[in-house]
Amino acid sequence: MTYIGIIITFVFINNFILTQFLGLCPFIGVSKNIESAVGMGFAVTFVMALASLATWAIQNFILVPLNIEFLQTITFILVIASLVQFVELVIQNISPALYKALGIYLPLITTNCAVLGIAIISVQSKFNALESFVAGFAAGLGFLLAILLMSAIRTKLDSEWIPKPFRGIPIAFITGGLMALAFMAFDKALLTNLIG
Amino acid sequence: MLLKIVFSFLSVTLLGGLLGVGLAVAAKLLAVKKDERIGEVESILPGANCGACGYPGCSGYAEAVVNEGASLTLCSPGGAEVAEKIAKIMGQSVEVSATKMVAQVHCRGTRDTSKYAFDYNGLADCNAMMILYGGDKECKYGCLQGGSCIAVCPVDAIGRDEKNRIWVDKDRCISCGKCIDVCPTNVMKWVPYDADYIVACNSKDKGAKTRKYCTVGCIACKICEKKSGDGGFIVEDFLAHIEYDMKGDRTAAVESCPAKCIISTKTAKAEIDEVKETVKVNDES
Repeated sequence: MTYIGIIITFVFINNFILTQFLGLCPFIGVSKNIESAVGMGFAVTFVMALASLATWAIQNFILVPLNIEFLQTITFILVIASLVQFVELVIQNISPALYKALGIYLPLITTNCAVLGIAIISVQSKFNALESFVAGFAAGLGFLLAILLMSAIRTKLDSEWIPKPFRGIPIAFITGGLMALAFMAFDKALLTNLIG
Repeated sequence: MLLKIVFSFLSVTLLGGLLGVGLAVAAKLLAVKKDERIGEVESILPGANCGACGYPGCSGYAEAVVNEGASLTLCSPGGAEVAEKIAKIMGQSVEVSATKMVAQVHCRGTRDTSKYAFDYNGLADCNAMMILYGGDKECKYGCLQGGSCIAVCPVDAIGRDEKNRIWVDKDRCISCGKCIDVCPTNVMKWVPYDADYIVACNSKDKGAKTRKYCTVGCIACKICEKKSGDGGFIVEDFLAHIEYDMKGDRTAAVESCPAKCIISTKTAKAEIDEVKETVKVNDES
């Protein structure tokens, strides 16, 4: 699969939130306003790209040679969690501005299922190192896209009259469901038409 | 099989151990040097995160005091005591006014006592009500009773009685001033914590006009000025107010006020305490 193919696949066709239904917790929790949604989106992109690269290394240098792939989940979570902690420390030193923008979101996504999801999907798709990295980055962009759209809709919804039982989280889920329906328009045919 | 168990055991242990040690080392090496005084100042601040100082929460203010040289007296909930403690840490001296000020509603107009121009049926928010012809009361200075101050109060110090009148519990008020900022009619005003009486009216209309639409409004008759000469009553813009620096006896003015709009801060509080419970019950049902 080409890199462009990977990007289109993970941003639109296999969008993590709207088609795979992974990472719904930050999708609902942090989409109340656009500013924090964008912050969360970039933090997730950042972590996903790094995590898929790191887990690729773990998979190919430790788990496969030792024939212990069944430890995938536990080692991946271990690596991702400490990687994020480490990155947080580094950012705090190098760029306080970036830390202020991403800092509060980073610890929230250390053990997010979307991050673990991209790691495992990359391994199952038998991507090489660079492909894993691109896939992680693209999946993060897909998350950013979805949460940005969602937060824009929810800001508009704030000023609308909504029946009482649907206010807050319920209407957010209904909105998410409708968005997922719209994203069904992106399928494998799109990819074949675009790049053959 | 045995080898596999050993391998899996070893790899997870080693990986976990290495990552753990690595993180511990990294945390030491990469630790950001924070001024110790920030933590000390933060521990002194009340921790209400009310935002009265203008900074994002108590930690933001602590940082601003230490790094940006922000004024030491901005924490109104903490008052003089906290300002002095911060000054001690920062090695500076401060002068703070000793009287604690609290917010209070200067209006007791209800459906029974005041005329209403129309029935408001929109968003329960004073600023929204204000946009619609300046609120539903004929009096454009009074309390709209939309409850924006109740919503914005960080310590739940503001409540209603059975007639929807709003009252601030001065013992809970932390002087953050949020309700005063949000109130569109400026009927929420500062009074000293130890104020015995307040003039519970905000109408700057002429007496005759005030009397037409409200039976508990100040008509600027100046009887209070005459009856309690040293009580600090001053009528300005057709509205009486009290200069609390004057410590004279105010009871004569209170008894002779024809509109009975000079009210004791104590009796009003007792009313609200009684009612707060029933309001809570109503909310749940």
